Amino acid sequence: MSDDILTLKGVYTDIAQYHILADLDLNVPRGGVTMLLGRNGVGKTTTLRTIMGLWAAKKGQITLDGTDLTALPTSDRARLGIGYVPEDMGIFTDLTVAENMILAAAGGGLDAKRMEWIFGAFPALRTFWTSEAGNLSGGQKQMLAIARAMAEERQLYLIDEPTKGLAPAIVSTMAGALRDLKKQGASILLVEQNFAVAKALGDTAAVMDDGRVIWTGEMAELANDADLQERLMGLSMETL
Amino acid sequence: MSDAPDHSPTLAALSISDRLGQAMPYILIPVLVVLGFLAIGSTSSWLTLTVSGLAMGMMIFLMASGLTLVFGLMDIINFGHGAFISVGAFVGVSVLMAMGGWTTAPSLPLNLIAVLLAILAATLVTGILGWGFERVIVRPVYGQHLHQILVTVGGLIVIEQMIHVIWGPHEIFLTRPETFQGAITYWGAALEKFRLLAVVLGLIVFVTMRLVLRRTKIGLIVRAGVQNGEMVQALGYRLRLVFVGVFIAGSALAGLGGVMWGLYQEVITAGMGEEMMILVFIVVIIGGLGSVEGAFIGALLVGLTQNYIAFLEPKLALISNIGLMAVILMWRPQGMMPVVKAK
Repeated sequence: MSDDILTLKGVYTDIAQYHILADLDLNVPRGGVTMLLGRNGVGKTTTLRTIMGLWAAKKGQITLDGTDLTALPTSDRARLGIGYVPEDMGIFTDLTVAENMILAAAGGGLDAKRMEWIFGAFPALRTFWTSEAGNLSGGQKQMLAIARAMAEERQLYLIDEPTKGLAPAIVSTMAGALRDLKKQGASILLVEQNFAVAKALGDTAAVMDDGRVIWTGEMAELANDADLQERLMGLSMETL
Repeated sequence: MSDAPDHSPTLAALSISDRLGQAMPYILIPVLVVLGFLAIGSTSSWLTLTVSGLAMGMMIFLMASGLTLVFGLMDIINFGHGAFISVGAFVGVSVLMAMGGWTTAPSLPLNLIAVLLAILAATLVTGILGWGFERVIVRPVYGQHLHQILVTVGGLIVIEQMIHVIWGPHEIFLTRPETFQGAITYWGAALEKFRLLAVVLGLIVFVTMRLVLRRTKIGLIVRAGVQNGEMVQALGYRLRLVFVGVFIAGSALAGLGGVMWGLYQEVITAGMGEEMMILVFIVVIIGGLGSVEGAFIGALLVGLTQNYIAFLEPKLALISNIGLMAVILMWRPQGMMPVVKAK
């Protein structure tokens, strides 16, 4: 069995007349956090959506732990063990927090032990368990989005900008929860613009430009090399 | 990274105006009933008109509830929905006519069984027809609204013509089962027995739908799917199967509404469903696309308004529903209880 939980080979994705991903190759190692980095508009969100099957890959192959996902519908990919947190969080605002979580357990009911762990990471969810999710703050909605992905054990977590627009206190809570997830040996592909979070959580990194991966390596190597950051992303992340 | 400062989560309390805004659609019905009483003046006339309006509203709700879910969940504009109303009426009436002995007997159980069997047959046939309609006509045009309008209107015409072929080109007159004929007198008001049956049946369907949507996992998936179908799939649910199930259920409910409307009018025609679609669309729009509760309140508002205005100012009856829709859309352009959809 390969050390990579997820592999993308020569993936092309078009949205309408636009070519977004072009010959994308990406390997996500089993266990640990892979940061997917790059400037705005280079195709990071499209990569996650293509992996989930929400946008169809025109060409190329996507495999999860040896299983070819390319022709599978989104629901089957999720059932193979991919937890997905979209950039817009995808919260069902008319449903309660509890109902959002119940839906996340597609394989059966919610596991009490796992829920205690989730409540430990995000106490606000216990407090607002019966409240409508639409009434939560932005940070609480993001907590719910991540908690939903954590509701069942997954092979891989795809998380798109979980700290975007959040207050520092909530960012810290979020980073703590992701660190906890990482400690449990989870494999995570994380799109993140917050450098401090990326540096603290990332084990490996893949930098994208113009719809393809242009650099892969250790996150620490990228974090410690301002010239490399400047060359790959057009700016030093330390300045963010 | 530094530790987070103490952060006690809070939830913003809704203001009184927000709470009132949420409750307003529910308050409209009693307000309208009270206004009707004040305007009509006579208790007996008001009671008769109110029961008649509620019965009419319940029957429109039966026809509209499926359409609103199909609209909300699948983003499908199905003008063919009227065909299921007509087919339901013809199948149901055919069953009732075949059970002549049971419908003419002055026995409540026999009459009730006959009506229930007619409803069962109508919902079965329209459910199966809905399954075929979704597969053959609707599925190829998902996401293409203009095409949806064209092909579903085409489907409606084809089904209407099939009714002519099977049942003949003329309207069919019918008589309600014996115990559902006539009226009971209460507080000096004549309350038609069939209208009371329609009110009870509408309430049973509404409560059942609400229970299914609120208390079951499939209901949860449907409600979530109306808001954000993509995310429901990303959580591992095959939304396509849910789509088909909702379409079948919506078609069957239209069939049920068709049987009741046929018995209410005591005449059925192939075009009756098409004629009802104006009212059905008004109810779906003023209720808020995708909202069963909204459709329920909207249907009752339409039924009551039409009956009150027809009594008070008959010349205005024809425009009462369009007027109601205009007023509600000026107040809430998305309908009374719109479902917040993901962008």
